[in-house]
Amino acid sequence: MGLKDKLHKLKLKYKDKKMAPAFNAIHTFLYLPNETTHSGAHVRGADDLKRTMNTVIMALLPCLIFGIFNAGYQHHVAAGEIDKVSSGFFSPEFWSFANLTIGLWKVLPLVIVSYGVGLAVEVLFAVIKKHEVEEGYLVTGMLVPLIVPIDTPLWMLAVAVIFGVVIGKEVFGGTGMNILNPALTIRAFLFFAYPTWMSGDKVWVHGAVERASEIAGGAKLDAISGETVLGSLAQGKEISYSVSDMFLGFIPGSVGETSAILILLAGLFLVFTKIGSWRIMLSAVLGALAMGLIFNGTVSAGWISEGSKFYSLMSTEFWHHLIIGGFAFGVVFMATDPVTASQTNKGKWVYGFLIGFISILIRVFNPAYPEGVMLAILLMNVFAPTIDHYVVQGNIKKRMKRLKLKTA
Amino acid sequence: MSKDIRIRKGLDIKLVGEAEKVTANATRSNVYAIKPDDFHGIVPKVIAKQGTEVKAGEPLFHSKSNEQMLFPSPVSGEVVEIVRGAKRKILAFKILGDKEQKYADFEIKDVNSMNRDEVKSHLLQSGCWPFIKQRPYDVIANPEVAPKAIFVSGYTTAPLAADSDYVLSGKENEVQAAITALNKLTDGEVHVSVGKNSDSPLSGLNNVTTHTVSGPHPAGNVSVQIANVDPINKGEVVWVVNPQDLVVIGELLLTGKFNAERVVALAGSSVKNPKYFRTKIGAEVSSVVYDSGVNDEGNIRVISGDVLTGENVKPDGHLGYYHNTISVIPEGDDYEFFGWNKPIFNKISPSRALTFSWLFPNKKYDLTTNTNGEHRAFVVTGSYEDVFPFDIYPLQLLKACAVNDLDAMEQLGMYEVAPEDFALTEFICVSKQPHQQIIREGLDLMLKEIG
Repeated sequence: MGLKDKLHKLKLKYKDKKMAPAFNAIHTFLYLPNETTHSGAHVRGADDLKRTMNTVIMALLPCLIFGIFNAGYQHHVAAGEIDKVSSGFFSPEFWSFANLTIGLWKVLPLVIVSYGVGLAVEVLFAVIKKHEVEEGYLVTGMLVPLIVPIDTPLWMLAVAVIFGVVIGKEVFGGTGMNILNPALTIRAFLFFAYPTWMSGDKVWVHGAVERASEIAGGAKLDAISGETVLGSLAQGKEISYSVSDMFLGFIPGSVGETSAILILLAGLFLVFTKIGSWRIMLSAVLGALAMGLIFNGTVSAGWISEGSKFYSLMSTEFWHHLIIGGFAFGVVFMATDPVTASQTNKGKWVYGFLIGFISILIRVFNPAYPEGVMLAILLMNVFAPTIDHYVVQGNIKKRMKRLKLKTA
Repeated sequence: MSKDIRIRKGLDIKLVGEAEKVTANATRSNVYAIKPDDFHGIVPKVIAKQGTEVKAGEPLFHSKSNEQMLFPSPVSGEVVEIVRGAKRKILAFKILGDKEQKYADFEIKDVNSMNRDEVKSHLLQSGCWPFIKQRPYDVIANPEVAPKAIFVSGYTTAPLAADSDYVLSGKENEVQAAITALNKLTDGEVHVSVGKNSDSPLSGLNNVTTHTVSGPHPAGNVSVQIANVDPINKGEVVWVVNPQDLVVIGELLLTGKFNAERVVALAGSSVKNPKYFRTKIGAEVSSVVYDSGVNDEGNIRVISGDVLTGENVKPDGHLGYYHNTISVIPEGDDYEFFGWNKPIFNKISPSRALTFSWLFPNKKYDLTTNTNGEHRAFVVTGSYEDVFPFDIYPLQLLKACAVNDLDAMEQLGMYEVAPEDFALTEFICVSKQPHQQIIREGLDLMLKEIG
């Protein structure tokens, strides 16, 4: 008797039992279920939610792998142990075994805690509420480790994940019903509850915080600096990274957000597979460029003095905003979350544009933390239903007008 | 005004087992069944009790809400059984067919000299009225309300469905007579659509506005054509008739007989020699299905109708009242190892998420009844719009139906759609939601509350 039959027997055994959702989650992970159509169309398309979510995870994997190497690379560079990359994307300084081990040691626990805690909460809710385990967390669980600083304590991550999944999603009814993007809810919780671990110049490079406390304790060591590009700009410091570093991703930042080129490729992949919305991605980029141009214009018109604390971010070349910070990652992977985005095609244009526009606005003007994409997406998540409302009203009005013309 | 309707949004589902254009006479069915459930929303009141001898065209029952509306027996014979279900609901009238068919005589009529009321009462009396359905609500037309127009779609796009051009060939006289009768029933026009490059028997009719249609499924759905020609507003009524039913109506007028004969397509990948059969409404599907041989007999689904909208009738079931296709496809009651993430070449998908049907636009597929996934909440957005050629927001309308929001349903265009229009969105739905059922229940609620 093969595995297939054994599992089928177990499924029948667990049917209507409390643990059925938990068992089915594992079973359907191994096998596409034997469910057949019983109403409506007798044949169905090949895609299901698992496949859809899996496609996003495939797009995320290169970012994860790059993030792992980058964690080790940034650590070693900041500690002065290795030189900076010299020969482009495939530099041996970057893709080294030493970088990989540090990266795995730091990043894998984040991934494991994120998935372990998140899925446990999901299964718990599925069992209590007697529904199947839905796939939403497959993507969220992968996003979370990629959007936090490398040294985030695991207990914090666990607390944040529980908060994000319960308050961000389950209280609304689970996958498909939530208003805010769960991954960003988790990150926003971390950001507001533990701000010292989520911003500043220490948290972005592994070892920097530890080193700082050792120095404070009297040890005679050099401090490790781990400032992000945006952090440097916000303080008006010189940035030591070239545009190609930023584009390829050899910069400090949240684990998976740094490599603009990999995110661009992932975005193209999502658009090609028709899983991600090209309308949102394109319009968000346009929105960001528009805001960037406005700031550049303000600077060149001389409305803002060089002494202003906003000067260096405002004078940043408008298109550089696309490749620094978390903008690209947020737009490709989080703004496009279909549940929390606008649901109408017209609405997606407005929604995406405003995300881009507001991201750069917040990034430049936020005194505490120079990044805006998280807050911009969360804000637009809240407004997405309103945008849709007006789009749908347009359709309704058209229909009413047709009726009026007819009866007039 | 004749119109050239070009539909861009949609999806042609190409399946293995298209019926070859050859017609055979089906083995004579012993028992014929008429199922009141085929007439959505009609509560039957028995006329022909068990044991009654009826002629073809004599009524079996009438509608509880309208005594004039009669539902005829397709054949002459004895009513051997009235099958009842829970709460004594009538599930089927079973008639044991005579060897020599006797027809009730409804007299030969000259339609041109008849007025509206005469045509109406003649169709009601002879049991031909149920062939006329209406939008909104997709139910049998209310004879009291004159429609603003009548639509007939002669363009077939549903997967494996009987090709109207083929089954109607040689029936031009009957169709013309029926069209002339329909013209009496409306102050507006009778619209007939034909495929753009087809040689349809419907293209040469008089007293009609002919439209040419092209594009993928659901271009052949009559609601799509109505939306393009003369969309339905609140308070308006449009009637629709299937082209094959025009033949029955026409024959009634020309010969005085109710002849339920119909050419049906037997199609699907489980059929060894798919082709057309001449049979009658209500016939046992087994009388045609086994004639041409079936693959893997224990594992088939027999559908009266096409694979998107038909009814699962089981091998011992009967041909539905409105159907002219019998589809037989394999059941998909099996597990597939890592079926959710491995590359898929043998199924149709609108996406390219490791699904490769986009590479082979002309390949024909052998699909089973597997759902390819479990039921989930609505998650993905923007995909339904690609296969839904209406100026309507499908997801929003489905959600309005799911929460019984009558105002929203009305505003979002519920009057313009029928469940069949949501068959494709249901097909591609990633969350495997029962769209047609949701829309049917929404329409029923509206009919009850608004009327």
